[in-house]
Amino acid sequence: MTELTMAKALNAALDRVLTDDPAVLLLGEDIGALGGVFRVTDGLLAGHGAARVIDTPLAESGIMGAAVGMAFRGFRPVVELQFDGFVYPAFDQIVCQVAKMHYRTRGAVRMPLTVRVPWAGGVGAAEHHSESPEAYFVHTSGLRVVAVSNPADAYLMLRQAIASDDPVVFFEPKRLYHAKGEVDLDADLADAPPMGLARIVREGTDATIVTYGAQVTTALQAATAAEDDGLSLEVIDLRSLSPVDYDTVAASVRKTGRVVITHEAPGEAGVGAEVSAGITERCFHHLEAPPVRVTGHDIPYPPAKLERHHLPDLDRILDAVDRVLQRPNSLTGVEL
Amino acid sequence: MAYPPSTAAQPATDVGSVARLITPDGERVSDPALDRWATDVDDALLSDLYRDMVRTRRLDTEGVALQRQGQLGLWAPSLGQEAAQVGTARALRGSDFVFPSYRELGVQLVRGATPTQLIQVWRGEEQSMGDPFARGTAGPQIIIGAQTLHAVGYAMGIQRSARPDGARADDVAVAYFGDGASSQGDVNEAMVFAASFGAPVVFVCCNNQWAISEPVAVQSRFPLARRAPAFGIPSLRIDGNDVLAGFAAMRWALERARSGAGPAYIEAVTYRMGPHTTADDPTRYRDPAELELWRGRDPLTRVETLLRARGALDDAAAADIAAEADHLAAQMRAACLSYRTREPLTIFDEVYAEPHTGLERQRRAYAAYLAGFEEDQR
Repeated sequence: MTELTMAKALNAALDRVLTDDPAVLLLGEDIGALGGVFRVTDGLLAGHGAARVIDTPLAESGIMGAAVGMAFRGFRPVVELQFDGFVYPAFDQIVCQVAKMHYRTRGAVRMPLTVRVPWAGGVGAAEHHSESPEAYFVHTSGLRVVAVSNPADAYLMLRQAIASDDPVVFFEPKRLYHAKGEVDLDADLADAPPMGLARIVREGTDATIVTYGAQVTTALQAATAAEDDGLSLEVIDLRSLSPVDYDTVAASVRKTGRVVITHEAPGEAGVGAEVSAGITERCFHHLEAPPVRVTGHDIPYPPAKLERHHLPDLDRILDAVDRVLQRPNSLTGVEL
Repeated sequence: MAYPPSTAAQPATDVGSVARLITPDGERVSDPALDRWATDVDDALLSDLYRDMVRTRRLDTEGVALQRQGQLGLWAPSLGQEAAQVGTARALRGSDFVFPSYRELGVQLVRGATPTQLIQVWRGEEQSMGDPFARGTAGPQIIIGAQTLHAVGYAMGIQRSARPDGARADDVAVAYFGDGASSQGDVNEAMVFAASFGAPVVFVCCNNQWAISEPVAVQSRFPLARRAPAFGIPSLRIDGNDVLAGFAAMRWALERARSGAGPAYIEAVTYRMGPHTTADDPTRYRDPAELELWRGRDPLTRVETLLRARGALDDAAAADIAAEADHLAAQMRAACLSYRTREPLTIFDEVYAEPHTGLERQRRAYAAYLAGFEEDQR
């Protein structure tokens, strides 16, 4: 085991895949000499050459459309979209072309490409650099959508995403790029849990917190704080947003009877809404209280100095836990 | 230094300043840019090009008829564009890869599409024309201009490929698109990528003058072919109704790309004589006189005139070609009328290459729902 930051773990994964599979190509803005704005591709140009690590023109739809053509020719492109807010110019190619090509051709053309998205807020960034667009992609059939929360998953799930014959939108929380964790660099993909599986990161009995990405850290902080209050909270890292591993989620909710779902993205028609509905359909008779969502507000991402009011913190999560436990909370006596 | 738009720029509809080898009157002429690419074209090859154009037009007529009879949901006519499609496509070799728009009937035909494949998309039975790798041709692209980027990416893939003998691959990727697409960001991004990487890709812009009801002047205030050089891509503006010009220009472009010299751009100036699709009514936005003008530039008539003048085509041969085209159209009609729609649950197939638990759950649920009807019928 080696202690690595998430950025280094992702770099190690890309280096390994480039070494192992000559069909893999990297495309993106500034991924060559600079090593990417977050240095995730640091050293890969020197190690693998400009034919494999391709600095592209500044055109996101162009990058994605070119990746589609490369997949036609038998390559496995890995695209870095520099920031979450820059995924929108590539949206048409992702949802109309990447997602549908396999279906449109009845399986004749595969799109084994991975779209890496440095993602979400909490780093005091400028406008368009803190977006949480995951729900748009979860809504699109033909894509797999995953979000990582720690270096070990980053290392394994990125390799799994690139190995997948389906297109994968791969969300990397910027807030955690420098967070360290133990990574087994010799890990065999054959032994790794599939990237579609959720993971119980902390066991508990009183309520379940379902989350993903950087919010996993916040949820764990909330669970630790709740422990002082005599509460036992289970925390689930979804890891995969499409498909959602409802087997793991539903088993937990059947055990605890109460669920809080939290994410940074706005709540309206978000992943939390989907998970809440999915749980309600499956576990209605096991629920002791309605599922509660703790999400970003339904607002454009606010300026950096105010983003702490947008991002769910441990206190907002604990307030929601009080709601599902029907204990006094901020909404007691409030008609919504 | 400033660069104002030139007041001397010709309107985009101008068709005088185009390269051609056969005049609208059927006279074989010389062109400095095209001559060297047509020196070996004999009457046999010219007859073949003519035959492909006749077949394309006949299938297009059948497609319109099938739509009017309710057998097809939609049809995008190619009437008037046969030369641009057939001429350019016939210059390709099998290992090249084509990314067409939805209006490339002649290209699909030349690339080996079967009558069944030609109707299955428009009948709403399938979303593609089958396996693109079998014919080196992607299915019709509906999103305007998106395929130009696919062609560039494919060409960048060619640059990273070797032939079995270890030599550099010299295949070429081709993007077909219309004048409307030239306004799309994707097309402009494709030209940036193609030029920056020197990708072996050929852009074929079939300027048919109209993007549904929008005339080409709305897309561009000067000839579209002139845009390409500003991206660093050489271009030719050809008479799109001259099949030989299309063939020769494409040879020029392919030779460039194969030799490693990078992308090329062809603007084929042609005219969409019919509606945009069978759902369109061009009488609402087009001057009938304009259509009459273009009838005089019919791409089939000029080749037929030339072949007859050279003694390479007589009434009997023309009748044979027409009969052969009729036969193909009959095959297309038969394929259309005998099409068997897939079983309902196959709509869940091939959404993903690997199992997806969410979709599998939906499939099971819908299968159970459908099974309920079967029980009712017992």
